[in-house]
Amino acid sequence: MKFIEEGRGELLGWMHPDDARRWMAEHKSRGLDDKRTTMADAVHRFTRDGDYFAMGGFGHIRFSMAAIHEMIRRGRKGMAIAGKTAVHDVDVLIAGGVVDRVDCAYAFGHELRGLSPTGRRAAESGRVRVVGELSNAAFQWRFKAAAMGLPWLPARVMLGTDTLRYSSSRVVEDPWTGLPLTLLPACYPDVAFIHVHRCDRYGNCQIDGTTIEDVDLARAAKRLVITAEKIVGEDEIRSHPDRTVIPYFLVDAVVEVPYGSHPGNMPGLYYSDEDHMAEWLYMTRNEEGVQEYLDKYVYGVSEFSEYIELVGGEEKMRHLERLERLEVPFEAPWARRG
Amino acid sequence: MSVEYNATELMACVASRSLENRKSVFVGTGLPLVASMLAQRLHAPELLLVFEAGGIGPKLPMIPISVGDSRTFHRAVMAASMDYVMGLAQAGFVDYGFLGAAQIDMYGNLNTTVIGRYDKPKVRLPGSGGANDVGSLCGRTIILMRHDKIRFVNKLDFLTTPGYLNGPGARERAGLPRGTGPYRVITQLGVLGFDEETKAMKLLSVHPGVSVEDIVNNTSFQLVLPRDVGVTQAPSAEELRLLREEIDPAGIVIGG
Repeated sequence: MKFIEEGRGELLGWMHPDDARRWMAEHKSRGLDDKRTTMADAVHRFTRDGDYFAMGGFGHIRFSMAAIHEMIRRGRKGMAIAGKTAVHDVDVLIAGGVVDRVDCAYAFGHELRGLSPTGRRAAESGRVRVVGELSNAAFQWRFKAAAMGLPWLPARVMLGTDTLRYSSSRVVEDPWTGLPLTLLPACYPDVAFIHVHRCDRYGNCQIDGTTIEDVDLARAAKRLVITAEKIVGEDEIRSHPDRTVIPYFLVDAVVEVPYGSHPGNMPGLYYSDEDHMAEWLYMTRNEEGVQEYLDKYVYGVSEFSEYIELVGGEEKMRHLERLERLEVPFEAPWARRG
Repeated sequence: MSVEYNATELMACVASRSLENRKSVFVGTGLPLVASMLAQRLHAPELLLVFEAGGIGPKLPMIPISVGDSRTFHRAVMAASMDYVMGLAQAGFVDYGFLGAAQIDMYGNLNTTVIGRYDKPKVRLPGSGGANDVGSLCGRTIILMRHDKIRFVNKLDFLTTPGYLNGPGARERAGLPRGTGPYRVITQLGVLGFDEETKAMKLLSVHPGVSVEDIVNNTSFQLVLPRDVGVTQAPSAEELRLLREEIDPAGIVIGG
């Protein structure tokens, strides 16, 4: 087939659809197994050095900080990350030496908080390599292609731009309209972590609020670890089957981690901890600060509950819960007025 | 009566006025949000806000920090997914989109990826994010950015998001949806649009106290300069009150 254009980005995570079918058939049990385990065990069993890794949520919204800490403590390295609105997740993973390649829709930034010192230093020094560019919709639909068992999905994004030229996508002439159309290659991450509000012991998950990219990501991931605010009884899931967004047979492990998205926002439960985000952005202005942060908050604790104590424990969590419910006024230490 | 205001407040007001009631807008964090919230409180109460992470039609209680945080679906009509909202944009449901950038050229093409060489960047920026999707798929895009020669360039270091590419017909030839493209560029100095024939950037108005010369001196490329260039209407007392007291009391966006 003739391509009108072919991006020069490195293609990561792609599989032949028949190979993907075989993987899913062999590795994803349809049996109802109790998949509850610890964070350390899940990271040990389901992540490997060099993996292509994806995080559910939105970079600092409903993401699995607990998994990130554990990967750093375990010394995982050489990983590539799906930079699908990667924000605080990729930042900390880069700081911890886990990630050295980014497939980049969005990374190295902190949205309203500005650019990320850690991510920028790593990218500009070459310590972290960007393997390709793409847009957010392109990433979402790469997961969707995988979720549907297709080698690619067409879309009308990235056309005519350098984003396409540095992506791993191709442009072809659409056989119906004759228009140029972008073909987005399927993306099957080796491993994904998705943080959810609740799930049962088998991995049937409910998410409150937007699902972002996670419905498709869950089906695309070769290995999937769910971290949940709360593990609930099977009856709670089966009473509301319309609320299940990730079914158990996609899931490899389930870990209960209350406040597991701190310092990020967990919709409906707790808002982001802007004091902690400001501390991170301030401390990571140089490498000494990065080390100091990791020593204190990651290496200095053995599990996430200890970290939660360290960042303010019960009292702080109550405050973030009240902030989420709009019961106390919001303040951002990094805001400009003052 | 003259009221003191800063450039960010003026930009928010101008952006707000360019939005229409009963239309939809794809909103980014920061100034676009402030502008959309202001429009909803004044002339566009039925302005439909759409967020890339899936929030549709929220009643925003405060400025979200992220386009994915819980405020973006607070009392919303729907909490959907990125697939859903990007599909909506591709299917023609999103009338306006907001964008910002580190560099812009005469055709409204934008760079948010790198400053300097791609393989050895001086500054690595976050990349497209949803910007390329907004610039490709929304009806009219409104660009909010600082105006100076470093940002208004002859040639972008990287073309992240499509404006009119290299001129009339280029978007259509590239396969982008018909009838889409940049509509306004709002800066701290003035308001710009695009010439219907040539698709080149055109000065529409200068902000109070700014001259046409100031605009030209802060732009590296040749602008289309109409004979009559108006002066942007300054923020009203009511616009400023809403911005300062209701929309951004903490000064997260409009503080400086």
